[in-house]
Amino acid sequence: MNLFEYQGKRLYQDFSIPTPKSIFVSKISEISDNHGLTYPVVVKAQVQVGGRGKAGGIKVAKDFDELTKFSGEILGMDIKGHIVESLLLEEASNILEEYYISFTLDRSAKSYLMMLSAKGGMDIEEVAEKNPDDLIMLHISPSKGLDSETIIKSIEDAKLNESYKSELRDVISNLYKLFVEGDCDLVEVNPLAITDNGVSALDSKVSLDMNAIYRHENFKDFENEIPIPVSEQFAKEKNLNFIKLEGSVGIIGNGAGLVMSTLDVVSEHGGMAANFLDIGGGAKAETVTAALEVLESEDNVKSVLINIFGGITRCDLVANGIVEATKGKELKWPIIVRLDGTNSKEGLSILEQNTNEKITISSSMDEAAKLAVEGAI
Amino acid sequence: MSIFIGNETKVVVQGLTGEQGKFHALRNRDYGTKVVAGTRPGKGGESVEGIPIFNTVEEAVEATGANTAMTFVPPPFAKDAVLEAAYAGCDLIVCITEGIPAKDEAEMYDLLKEKTSSRLLGPNCPGLISPGKSNVGIMPHEITMEGNVGVVSRSGTLTYQAVLELTNLNIGQSTCIGIGGDPVPGTSFIDVLDAFQNDSQTEAIVMIGEIGGSAEEEAAEFIKKNVTKPVVSYIAGLTAPPGKKMGHAGAIVSGNKGTASAKIEALTDAGANVVENPTRIGQAIKDVV
Repeated sequence: MNLFEYQGKRLYQDFSIPTPKSIFVSKISEISDNHGLTYPVVVKAQVQVGGRGKAGGIKVAKDFDELTKFSGEILGMDIKGHIVESLLLEEASNILEEYYISFTLDRSAKSYLMMLSAKGGMDIEEVAEKNPDDLIMLHISPSKGLDSETIIKSIEDAKLNESYKSELRDVISNLYKLFVEGDCDLVEVNPLAITDNGVSALDSKVSLDMNAIYRHENFKDFENEIPIPVSEQFAKEKNLNFIKLEGSVGIIGNGAGLVMSTLDVVSEHGGMAANFLDIGGGAKAETVTAALEVLESEDNVKSVLINIFGGITRCDLVANGIVEATKGKELKWPIIVRLDGTNSKEGLSILEQNTNEKITISSSMDEAAKLAVEGAI
Repeated sequence: MSIFIGNETKVVVQGLTGEQGKFHALRNRDYGTKVVAGTRPGKGGESVEGIPIFNTVEEAVEATGANTAMTFVPPPFAKDAVLEAAYAGCDLIVCITEGIPAKDEAEMYDLLKEKTSSRLLGPNCPGLISPGKSNVGIMPHEITMEGNVGVVSRSGTLTYQAVLELTNLNIGQSTCIGIGGDPVPGTSFIDVLDAFQNDSQTEAIVMIGEIGGSAEEEAAEFIKKNVTKPVVSYIAGLTAPPGKKMGHAGAIVSGNKGTASAKIEALTDAGANVVENPTRIGQAIKDVV
């Protein structure tokens, strides 16, 4: 889960990573003259999209009049389809140097990766491509971690300002600590700046590993602060992995691979999926019922394809869910069901005993996709 | 010969007393897999349908000669469970558990490599089956048949789809393996491709990938250099909406890799026959065996 800048900076504070003094607001009325910040103050749109500066989402205010004026202009602004719903008001820094640093998992190396460069503040992808020598890439053993000597050597290799060596070492060490102990998929600071006040993380890009939510109380709080599209809210409450798409064939399947593949097969038969909906592994009857409820509220759905290949998921439970959701109901659209794998015989017999004229059972994924595409016309 | 499991496989189930663990362990046993033990701290001495329960894997291994562990332990305890099985000497650990934090997976992988010679399959995988010999995991055995095609996939349910397409055309399988789609899989496409290439029973290989990451591109590189057996491949997600990019760091690491077209191109270039639809896998294999 990608965090907003202000959320990432809260984590920075928790891990003693210096950031400029700031306040977070979501309404103009929350800005009063005694905010305690020293001018100039930077007004920063909180959106999860790059290029907000160029789009006018970052402005420097020299007094209270400008602060309210700019805040009013930026709140509600549409930046590449993202509406600005909140702002970070931050004391401007006098920047002497700008660096880049990130920690992430390098899947192919199966270890952590630190990237460090003295050329921060700009497009780091371009630095990586054109001047790869200016970007230090250091793999870190997950079981051994990152020690002080290695950090110092990286600071030297990346040619960062040596007069700030020990301060930088502490900040880098704390960023790594946040990455590991905070269960982050990504911690990226661009720029990590040398300012009049020393080392400071001027921006934050943090992504959380939601599998670790059970050991972090603050993950839930962060999640609640991130707006999700209305269409995905209900699905989220039901713990379903749902993404709205543009087509007319509603898709319900188990396992991301099979669902993606169902999208592909529907497309091959000339149709377009109305959504991606993965009920996950080991789904129970109520999961399937909830999945059908989610599609009921989607206007673009004209037919529904339920494609289940049972492994850990049991087809009998899926069939019970379908029956539960449709029994005695006038269905808006035809449902094509394909059940294979664990307990499929039991599942099919449950469906056969509870016939509904809008439900068709198909014996193959290919045929089921074809019928669903036809049903959507 | 099959790969990784066979007639000599003896399984200890970690989490046998849980609902999922019990359901699938008994299914595995009914299939003919030697499910010799289960573990559950504090329940040593009890049994589940005749399978003895031990407090630790070490005790289970000592008493029953188990050489393979199958793990259904919930995410918060999965890392320790896998390491426990490895330190107890299990050659293969099949971790079915879904939802393990990436940090735990990375650490676990590192420690296994450094301190043990155990092979980990998964986490978040369906396990593996060598039809006619052994089924360790949650794959529905009804759709498999014994034969000469090796199947490897990152996706669980899509593995089943591929296997069914083969069986429907009367083409049997040597071993079917789901490596799982988590960030740090214990066993990679390359490990499995290498084993299939060296397995006398396997005559052709089906490899199922999906968008994201660069595992398929790395596999393609390996196929080009090392695999002489015919490979049929399918990549799921050609029509999927583009995913969210994980900051710039992700972009630098993966470059252009990760899209369906990049993967299809790499595999085609490596000599694999890449089909556009999983329902064509059977016919494509039939054409080469």
